[in-house]
Amino acid sequence: MSAAPAAPAQVSHGTRASRIGLPLFLLLLVALAAAPWWTDRQGMRLLGEVYAYAALASLWNLLAGYSGLVTVGQQAFVGLGAYVLFSAALLFGVNPLWGIPAAGLLGALAAVPVAALTFRLRGAYFAIGTWVVAEVFRLLAAQFTALGGGSGTSLPASVVASIASGRAAREQLLYWLALGLAVLILAAILLLLRSRHGLALAAIRDNEVAARSCGIEVDRTRLAVFVVASGGAAMVGALIFLQKLRISPDAAFSVNDWTALVIFIAVIGGIGRVEGPLIGTALFFLLRETLSQLGSLYLMVLGAVAIAVMLLAPRGLWGVLADRLGWQVFPLARRLEPRAPPLGTAPPPTTRHALAGADHENRGDTR
Amino acid sequence: MNPSADAAPILALRGLRKRFGAVVVADGIDLAVRAGEALGVLGPNGAGKTTLFGMVTGTVRPDAGTVMFEGRDVTALSPARRCRQGMARSFQVPQPFAGLTVFENLVAAASFGAGEGERATYDRCAAILERCGLMARANERAGGLRLLDRKRLELARALATRPKLLLLDEVAGGLTESECAVLVDLVREVRAGGVTVVWIEHVLHALAAVADRVVVLHGGRLIAEGRADEVVRVPAVAEVYMGIPVDA
Ligand SMILES: Nc1ncnc2c1ncn2[C@@H]1O[C@H](COP(=O)(O)OP(=O)(O)OP(=O)(O)O)[C@@H](O)[C@H]1O
Ligand SMILES: [Mg+2]
Repeated sequence: MSAAPAAPAQVSHGTRASRIGLPLFLLLLVALAAAPWWTDRQGMRLLGEVYAYAALASLWNLLAGYSGLVTVGQQAFVGLGAYVLFSAALLFGVNPLWGIPAAGLLGALAAVPVAALTFRLRGAYFAIGTWVVAEVFRLLAAQFTALGGGSGTSLPASVVASIASGRAAREQLLYWLALGLAVLILAAILLLLRSRHGLALAAIRDNEVAARSCGIEVDRTRLAVFVVASGGAAMVGALIFLQKLRISPDAAFSVNDWTALVIFIAVIGGIGRVEGPLIGTALFFLLRETLSQLGSLYLMVLGAVAIAVMLLAPRGLWGVLADRLGWQVFPLARRLEPRAPPLGTAPPPTTRHALAGADHENRGDTR
Repeated sequence: MNPSADAAPILALRGLRKRFGAVVVADGIDLAVRAGEALGVLGPNGAGKTTLFGMVTGTVRPDAGTVMFEGRDVTALSPARRCRQGMARSFQVPQPFAGLTVFENLVAAASFGAGEGERATYDRCAAILERCGLMARANERAGGLRLLDRKRLELARALATRPKLLLLDEVAGGLTESECAVLVDLVREVRAGGVTVVWIEHVLHALAAVADRVVVLHGGRLIAEGRADEVVRVPAVAEVYMGIPVDA
């Protein structure tokens, strides 16, 4: 490819909306990072939970909304991560903070055999398959007598003390870790989607046969994203239970807590957009904090909200805002800008080179 | 079939067989396509033309036989590998990446199919859009396109992978006379750029304007071969097409 047309193609990733939205989002992050100075322990705990859900919902959205892998077994990796951290701390005396990356690594490794089992399944069968795997994980954890079997165990005071000196310092540290992990996961997702692999994921989601026929390795791409997302979920799980200081198979592998609520969040916020799960998380915690005194009525309200959103705004709240108002926070678009009209009587750009075949020497199957 | 000896075939099919239940769609197909050739494929509905493309590109596994591409046996390779080696196809029923924009459809195909960095594909993708009459739709979601634009996108996306061998499956159906002329020009231009073209088409005059040679597929076999105007006069072909309106 030598003789390029007159003007190179201009592709913009941001929009006017994202030029406003992104700085606002970064400002929000700075304010949240300063939370230890403007909120109390209760507030920090709540925000820590918010970050965990924002991260889990973003990961679920990466799988379901961008890759077509609708899993209901995310709790398998949340629980696995939690158990890795507790095992490392209780059995091997590892500082629990190191348990978080260890959980990420082992979660990613465990994703490989899980994918080998479940990727043969399609659609609803894949969803059920992932759930079954998570149940197997839970049953295995219940056999793990070194960590209290079915009734679970707590981190002893000596281990808790090794995190940081003093309770206030520990809670601050865990708060920043929770925020940092959520930001890390979000940044990783954004980088992935900004790259050509983001296009590949969407192509696979939209049409597997066509994706294959366009040179995209469907199985390899899916496996990679599943491994990364599972490692992320395991790190979040490890951190959640480090905050709780107590673990049990039922809590760690809870389908309600780590998948059903996560799907609820992604659905009301909007699947298939990075902003969706973040908005969904905010909305969910707003509902929970204002309605939790209603008891079981609260759950009915949640159900009603989910149904209403699915019926009235199937693309979720952010989907409505993005479609109607063009809102966008993260510059992920690839807009081809119209070329500037040629000055004077410049000849039309030649496009022949674009249609020419590959030059046969320089091109091989190199991957 | 009988390619001239001076050019090595870019594509050679040997003894391809495929059946779906009781229906035999390929009954020992042998075919060689020379590099740089434009080959037309005719055949009545259900003759197995699309299935043949599936076997060539790897989306349909043949029961028996081999597919050789540039002298190498690719029968066991994935569709993605075959595409990266230089095969591209359009789908008879358009298969856009519906959630991506038209431009992104091309960038995905260009980047993975031709193995180029994403940014390096932008100029070429823009030029292809321009040439395929899709520039005005560049930033629209492909899922919202009308049929004609979907068909254009099929062709554009296949071109974006920088094919050496381009397989077109009924891209002219439903086009007006002038749209068809534009398409014929485009395919000719692609071919002039060194791309080998195999084109399945019922619109005979479009095929005749591009193809050097036409083969007729029927009942899983190639029943005739020759120039477009010759082939339709072969008695067996006339019989196959009896009662089937051929736009000639
Ligand atoms: N996946 C499949 N499973 C079962 N039968 C199939 C499958 N694909 C194609 N067939 C059958 O094989 C036969 C050939 O189909 P094919 O699509 O290859 O024909 P075609 O020549 O492209 O026809 P048309 O001109 O209508 O596009 C048809 O009878 C079709 O119903
Ligand atoms: Mg067909």
